[in-house]
Amino acid sequence: MYGGGYIFDEPNGKQQREEQLHDDPVKLAAFEARIARGEKIEPGDWMPVEYRRQLIRLIEQHAHSEIIGALPEGTWITRAPGFKRKLALIAKVQDEVGHGQLLYNAAETLGKSREAMINDLLSGKSKYSNVFNYPAETWADVTVIGFLIDAAAIVNQVANSKGSYGPYCRALERICYEESFHLKQGHDAFIELATGTPAQKGMLQDALNRWWQPIMHFFGPPDKTSNHSEKLMQWKVKMASNDDMRNQFLDAYVPKIWELGLTLPDPLLKKNADTGKWEYSDPDWDLFFEVIKGNGPCNKERLDVRKWAEENGRWIRKALMREDEMERSALPVA
Amino acid sequence: MNDSLDPRVNRLRLDKNDGSFKVEEGENWNVFEVFHQEKRGAHHEHVGCVHAPDASLALIFAKEQFGRRKKCVNLWVVRSADILAFDLEDEDMFANNPDKTYRDASGFKVMDKINKFKAQTK
Repeated sequence: MYGGGYIFDEPNGKQQREEQLHDDPVKLAAFEARIARGEKIEPGDWMPVEYRRQLIRLIEQHAHSEIIGALPEGTWITRAPGFKRKLALIAKVQDEVGHGQLLYNAAETLGKSREAMINDLLSGKSKYSNVFNYPAETWADVTVIGFLIDAAAIVNQVANSKGSYGPYCRALERICYEESFHLKQGHDAFIELATGTPAQKGMLQDALNRWWQPIMHFFGPPDKTSNHSEKLMQWKVKMASNDDMRNQFLDAYVPKIWELGLTLPDPLLKKNADTGKWEYSDPDWDLFFEVIKGNGPCNKERLDVRKWAEENGRWIRKALMREDEMERSALPVA
Repeated sequence: MNDSLDPRVNRLRLDKNDGSFKVEEGENWNVFEVFHQEKRGAHHEHVGCVHAPDASLALIFAKEQFGRRKKCVNLWVVRSADILAFDLEDEDMFANNPDKTYRDASGFKVMDKINKFKAQTK
């Protein structure tokens, strides 16, 4: 589901820029011309050092988001209200974990091993979408995630699926197809609460109030504060600006929330009839960066659970391992 | 840490973790390419990869990953290491394919000759 609209970049200092200067200018020109013509870049192709680095960062964080994103929803499988909701939630969580696998594979084609990616997740070096550092307190939270977080992710993923790196685009095409089911089942569960008893409506409104800020954070800081996206746009790594994606999301989904008689906790939220753009209060961006740094309500639990799973799954991975297979190890080819 | 909303997480006693755990290179097994056949008579098409300790388990993982939705009648798996492919930089060796009209039905214009012959023999 969850191509976190915002991809966190570690302060990278001068080193990468130095490397970037060493890219062969002739090859770089041919590479950029290929992208400008709308052609895809494939794993064996020459690519600039910075393109490879940014793609690994993007796809890896997307993969981690899928895996970690399964945790807050997975919590509710045992307590889903009814058999139909439980079946749908199990199917959705399985899809998310599957999406993680597809995306790890796409990142592996760029030369970073699966194991290195998992280690960087566990150590906190590599990030995942910030929204999963918040708890799903009630069933209404699950419906807000299933409807609105998935919707936001789809805006991001549909944009990225038109990017320049072949394996990532192919993974996203499959992912977007499955996401359409996630969105629909989320919307269905959301509507059920919104049109239900006063208690159900109250529960949904409460969840919506708590999730609105993380949702506004989802696409990342405003364009005026974010740097170095021009090159990434030219290389078709980043396909739309944070503000454009946020606007696209608000345009499609705020009316779907309001039509059910629900409110959003932002008195300034409205569509400007002249510009066609949405206006809103700035969410707390300091809080956003605090949560990225590891100080959100669930950061520690999420990583501890992943660590536990890796540590306690080791014995069976080892039991099944075959030395003769490992001698023939390779990266995915496409 | 015992304040998770998930009782299963609380039961794990996660606070015993000292943070030194690292996954070893190779621990996530080998990579297999997966080919999916949508219906009998169709080609198997490449759809992605799975990690698995051997081919038979790769097939089971491929079923979970690529065969749980829509039509599927069969899957193939093959080790990524066993795929032999041309270098992408050599793609120019195929560049003159469209020029080889002698390999194509469109390269042979018989009607002109027939019409000319008919006109001559009238």
